[in-house]
Amino acid sequence: MSLRKFITNKTTAALAVLITVFANTSVFAQDAAAGAAAAPKVDMGEVYKSVIFYILVFLAVCLFIAIIGKAIKVYELSREAQGKPVGINWNGVHASLFALFLVIGLYGVYWEYTVHGSMLLPDAASEHGKKIDEMFNLTLIITTIVFVVTHILLFGFSYIYKYSAKRKAYYYPHNNTIEKIWTIVPALVLTVLVLMGFLTWRSIFFKVEDPNNKPLQIEVTSEQFKWSIRYPGADGIVGNKNYKLTTATNTLGIDFKDINSRDDEMADEMVLPVGKSVKLILTSKDVIHSFYMPHFRVQLNTVPGMRTIFEFTPTKTTAEMQQETNDPNFKYLFLCAKICGSGHWNMQKVVRVVSEAEYKNWIAEQKTYLNDDLRKQFNLPVAPAPVKSVADSAATDSAAVKTNQMALNK
Amino acid sequence: MSTIALHDEHNHDHADHGHHKETLISKYIFSMDHKMIAKQFLITGIIMAVIAMGLSILFRIQLAWPDQNFPFLETFLGKWAEGGRIKPDFYLALVTIHGTIMVFFVLTAGLSGTFSNLLIPLQIGARDMASPFLNMLSYWFFFMACVIMMSSFFIQTGPASGGWTVYPPLSVVAKAMPGSGLGMTLWLVSMVLFVASSLMGGINYVSTILNMRTKGMDLWKMPLTIWAFFLTAILGILSFPVLVAGVVLMVFDRSFGTSFYLSDIVMGTDILPNEGGSPILWQHLFWFLGHPEVYIVIMPALGISSEVISVNARKPIFGYHAMVYSLIGITVLSFIVWGHHMFVTGMNPLLGGVFMITTLIIAVPSAVKTFNYLATLWRGNIRFTPAMLFAIGLVSFFISGGLTGIFLGNASLDINLHDTYFVVAHFHLVMGSAAIFGMLAGVYHWFPKMFGRMMNAKLGYLHFWLTFIAAYLVFFPLHFLGLDGVPRRYYAFTEFEFMKKWLTVNVFVTWAAIMAALAQVAFLFNFFYSIFKGKVSPQNPWESNTLEWTAPVEHLHGNWPGEIPTVYRWPYDYSKPGHDVDFIPQTVPFSQTMSSNLPHDFEGNAEAEKIQQDWELANPVVENKG
Repeated sequence: MSLRKFITNKTTAALAVLITVFANTSVFAQDAAAGAAAAPKVDMGEVYKSVIFYILVFLAVCLFIAIIGKAIKVYELSREAQGKPVGINWNGVHASLFALFLVIGLYGVYWEYTVHGSMLLPDAASEHGKKIDEMFNLTLIITTIVFVVTHILLFGFSYIYKYSAKRKAYYYPHNNTIEKIWTIVPALVLTVLVLMGFLTWRSIFFKVEDPNNKPLQIEVTSEQFKWSIRYPGADGIVGNKNYKLTTATNTLGIDFKDINSRDDEMADEMVLPVGKSVKLILTSKDVIHSFYMPHFRVQLNTVPGMRTIFEFTPTKTTAEMQQETNDPNFKYLFLCAKICGSGHWNMQKVVRVVSEAEYKNWIAEQKTYLNDDLRKQFNLPVAPAPVKSVADSAATDSAAVKTNQMALNK
Repeated sequence: MSTIALHDEHNHDHADHGHHKETLISKYIFSMDHKMIAKQFLITGIIMAVIAMGLSILFRIQLAWPDQNFPFLETFLGKWAEGGRIKPDFYLALVTIHGTIMVFFVLTAGLSGTFSNLLIPLQIGARDMASPFLNMLSYWFFFMACVIMMSSFFIQTGPASGGWTVYPPLSVVAKAMPGSGLGMTLWLVSMVLFVASSLMGGINYVSTILNMRTKGMDLWKMPLTIWAFFLTAILGILSFPVLVAGVVLMVFDRSFGTSFYLSDIVMGTDILPNEGGSPILWQHLFWFLGHPEVYIVIMPALGISSEVISVNARKPIFGYHAMVYSLIGITVLSFIVWGHHMFVTGMNPLLGGVFMITTLIIAVPSAVKTFNYLATLWRGNIRFTPAMLFAIGLVSFFISGGLTGIFLGNASLDINLHDTYFVVAHFHLVMGSAAIFGMLAGVYHWFPKMFGRMMNAKLGYLHFWLTFIAAYLVFFPLHFLGLDGVPRRYYAFTEFEFMKKWLTVNVFVTWAAIMAALAQVAFLFNFFYSIFKGKVSPQNPWESNTLEWTAPVEHLHGNWPGEIPTVYRWPYDYSKPGHDVDFIPQTVPFSQTMSSNLPHDFEGNAEAEKIQQDWELANPVVENKG
């Protein structure tokens, strides 16, 4: 008994030392916090940044663990010396820890679902997005049930069937019926998910075009590290491009010989009329990027040398969403989701979903890509009637024109 | 017959070997002994794992405190962290090399290389691998691959930084990012060497398992570890060459001006001459390896945990045949699911639908395995050795990570989850946690076999609980970032209004990651200390049935001193009713266990059944026995 007391004394001593250490540091921390408000006392900021501080803390923890380890060893040896059964029933300890882990873990999962779960994207703002959300919720319910049940079984069995010298395990090598059941049941559940997923997927990517209500075409081109948006203009068709035509003035390589591209308009933000189908034509100039609009459940990579197409219909205006999320600063946006270089982390553009009328007003104000410089390069008549003349002539140096023509001649 | 003949030959070989004098170099460096090669793989793997973990802590620091300076970073990293802040390019390099090292060098070579090499000859009863020389080459190719990969940290432009999947054109066009220069070349060279190493290993494993099993060891008497290593090796042999093909084409594109992966590219206003290729081609080639690769990573871990769980629950693994068939199912299916990495890459959407179906089917064998683990624990008599703790942890992570896979395998849901933190959380649970736990379970379980000494159990307990809790604390919250649409591989979350609410979560996750990293110190200390100072291992420390525990603790070339033991039964006769102890090693013939034999044991051998019946009549069962 005295030995045990000694051990407890030793551990308590160690604990006391550590508590003082931690107490001191936390006092320092409070000091630092107070110092920010009141007179500057000791600036602990530098200490917290120094590696040595952390190494010392870590060594202290190691020492603490070593002391505990030694204490346990001494305790066990003393039990052994006294001829008593082994000191600590580790099987029991672990079984209880698993049970504890199960309870705390399940609470943690609940906490995560409710707290972090409430910080997620708002409901989908597009037609197909609603279907995706439904699928997601169904999958979430199924997987959560399986997750909880299997974990209860896993840690529950670990707790209940911990080692006991008195018991022998139950020799139970197989049971074909049970195995068939738990092959077939997951297979059935997954069949349901596959079918729903397949139908949803098909409804997103295989749309039948209604000739009376053609979707609004918008072309988005990615490059390191920005997006360019091209609206189709009055004809509703985004004109051809040829990467070989790319110059400093024609950065997208638009082929203005194609009549469809002459009225194409540029935009700083993506403005969409609510309730109207939008056909996004996605391309890339340099590397692969990914066009990602989380609020609309839209994502597709932009691949150089390839056009990828995503069609969707926004259902909520930005104003409606601001009300719904209770956030007056809410903005839709799109961003890059595929690693593309050092600026990958900041490639965004704002999306505004507005009423049809607002959209018409806005689109009328946008400039065309075709300007006087480009007209000259493509040998088109300068400034035909309706287009607003573009004052910007800074780039009209003859060198640029020459390279453009070289590009054209290729 | 041929197998027996082979063994005889080997016996003679062995006798000759006994007279060779082993030098330091032939014993520890250019060793051809599978046990030494296994140790080489393990220790190299552990070193690489520590490096890769260190890299992850570096980028976690950046994510948690994007606005703060850490002068020590500049001390270590120089110009890549000027002013104590990691630069965006270097951040991407860290992410890339962390992924590459972990997936290939730790979880493929470190896991398969270690345990296939150690256990295949020992568990099937062979003197060594089919080709010990190839085995040695396999290690040294792996070692060179590691050295070359690490050397890219010491060049001007830094390591490859296009992500571990190195999608072109980013990785091919040197102008796209600094890492796509020499660093990428080194990455490709390293990968070619690595694949060569894997193939040499894989061919060796398959031929050893097929040809060199001891007497009585038919395929259905092999432990599940061997089944897992066998199928893993087949996967590797069939899929790694495709990666090499892809890599060689990439080398051509980068250095010789071909256009396999490039077309229509304009860097700024600089029009590249490449025409006619497709970046999507690389993705197909890469993921044709890449997806089997994740099963190459997880299957050995599942095999190890099957064995460890069965031994420590003192129960036969539930549904041995179902376990094997589900491994075979995973092996076959894993070749036709690669497209689920490409749902939103612009691949034909029709293919997306097909790949979704195959992907969700692969969840079935995985589910079967999970349920069988649970059934094995049910009514067991569970000893919580450190290995068992890690095996239970593996099952937990495998469930959690597997379930999130059902979201990602669904093409419709993948639209909004692709390349977000949800994916990061998913594969870190299945690969980063489950597979690593499988590896650690294996290390704790077979350490006595490798080094003849025991690891300290209490440090093992500490290591397990800290790592287990920390891993969940790191990866569980990350799902929610992904569900909020936060893309992965972002250098900082500061430029987006909607991401700012996750900054505190990032700090929390980073602290949890640091805790997980520090917990590994307990392991590293335990591991290296126990090699030299651990308690000497008894012959069969876990009271296990498999063959390796019949080999002497002292290593000798050829594994068994006399004849190789003969195998009579499957490896899972634990707690068999009627037997006096709760395990019956594979080498014990049925004639010595008359009291516990079951009709099923004789596989329809009428004569044996008759003998058993006669014995049972002569020795009526006494109640209360067992």
